[in-house]
Amino acid sequence: MRTARIAMPKTARKGDIVEIKTLIIHPMETGFRRDDVGRPVPRDIIGLFTVTYAGTEVFRMDLFPGVAANPFAAFTTIATETGEFVFTWTDDKGVAHVEKMTLTVS
Amino acid sequence: MRSALLALVVLMAGAIAATAETRTSARELLPPELQAQQADDDANPGMLWVTSGQQLWSMPAGANAKSCSECHGDATTSMRGIAARYPAIDAKSGRLMNLEQRINNCRTANMAAAALPYEGEDLLALTAYVAHQSRGLPVSVRIDNAAAPHFEAGRRFYFERQGQLNVSCSQCHDDNVGRRLRGDRISSGLPTAWPAYRLDWQKMGSLHRRLRACSLGVRAEQLDFGSPEYVNLELYLAGRADGHLVETPGLRK
Amino acid sequence: MDKTQLIDRRDALRATGAIVLASLVPLPAAASPEAMTAAMQKILGTATPKPGRIKLDITPLAENGNSVPVTVTVDSPMTQADHVKTIYLFSPENPAPDVVRFHLTPRAGRARVQTSVRLATTQRVQAIAVMSDGSAWSDSAEVIVTLSACLDAG
Repeated sequence: MRTARIAMPKTARKGDIVEIKTLIIHPMETGFRRDDVGRPVPRDIIGLFTVTYAGTEVFRMDLFPGVAANPFAAFTTIATETGEFVFTWTDDKGVAHVEKMTLTVS
Repeated sequence: MRSALLALVVLMAGAIAATAETRTSARELLPPELQAQQADDDANPGMLWVTSGQQLWSMPAGANAKSCSECHGDATTSMRGIAARYPAIDAKSGRLMNLEQRINNCRTANMAAAALPYEGEDLLALTAYVAHQSRGLPVSVRIDNAAAPHFEAGRRFYFERQGQLNVSCSQCHDDNVGRRLRGDRISSGLPTAWPAYRLDWQKMGSLHRRLRACSLGVRAEQLDFGSPEYVNLELYLAGRADGHLVETPGLRK
Repeated sequence: MDKTQLIDRRDALRATGAIVLASLVPLPAAASPEAMTAAMQKILGTATPKPGRIKLDITPLAENGNSVPVTVTVDSPMTQADHVKTIYLFSPENPAPDVVRFHLTPRAGRARVQTSVRLATTQRVQAIAVMSDGSAWSDSAEVIVTLSACLDAG
């Protein structure tokens, strides 16, 4: 089980610019490190983070080992309609963590 | 010994002597962007462990399939102020327990659940969640009666020269507060941020992990997580931080 | 370096020996300048990014390279006709030059993104924005990365 946090308003007026901040627990292991007995620590990276809003992608982020552990992202989107946000973090092995939030637009 | 101390002193520029009145949270030694990150719950990565702890709080565990919340209800009210009073003497056993040990004691004694490994993700998360409920409240531990000998043992540990560098906690955290040690400024050693997210670890960690780093720093023996010596020291540090506000989850370098 | 820090080297090593344990772990080499150029050419083709329109906000002095907050803002109306398509961050002295890419659409409303990055050592971090008309804009910032005193290996 991964833990993620998403900060965004529950409601907005149509046309408002909504700010969204996200965090997720992940070591973002670079693959460049060695453990204390000299064995390489295998790479384990979230490489892709996407956000869809009522079915349309509104934000996409490609992450490399240079992104800090427990990745943080902040971005904006225009409130267009009441709908579901789907946040998907996908790691190197194709494993995805999904969170959903609803924005009510008036 | 003298050369080591000399080196330590010379490495430090500026000179501010610490007194009880001038003790401040290590938060104030952070650069502004990291202070801002700690203050923003939506950007502070330590909040991830608080959230994990919140999930665990209502998750059944052990043979009786009971959760923390079944007895303690809503942690935001039932746990408010608890961490500010820890470590504390357990009335039943007479033992001094820190928050981690109290949580584990509750699991083994009341939930028929296994103790969680110290420094494991689950115990860090639960401890962070419980400690977070005291954020903004002043530290106020009992140091009298049964706690008194523990406080005294912790105080002795704090002032005792240790390790190959032969320095005491006090020589850094009282005598040289605010002075530079490599890229850092030396803190007042207040234990108000813990468990804290440390950039060096790239994750959350306990106060005892931080104390183990201190022990390593002066090349003294690294004691076990939850060892009586560290718990006594934790009580002394908490007593010394009386009135300072809990800030869990802190952000530290 | 401050004059007061000019002390007998062996004393200094003795004093900080245990403390620097963690830094004995061999660090991977930095990306070569060729790798950096190649990474940038791959996204830009022959276009040369011009200075302006993009602003990279990052501390000039990072006290720990494991997590350095970054904000990138691009001056753009974010309309269908004129918007930011992608914001790139590059770190020439990290083992890999690519750090992160943000893909935006006009629906962002505003071209402002934030994250936290790792910086292996002191370097000039570069941000590039590629716009819907194909133009590229760049900003860069020198970041000095210092080492903490009390590292531990766990």
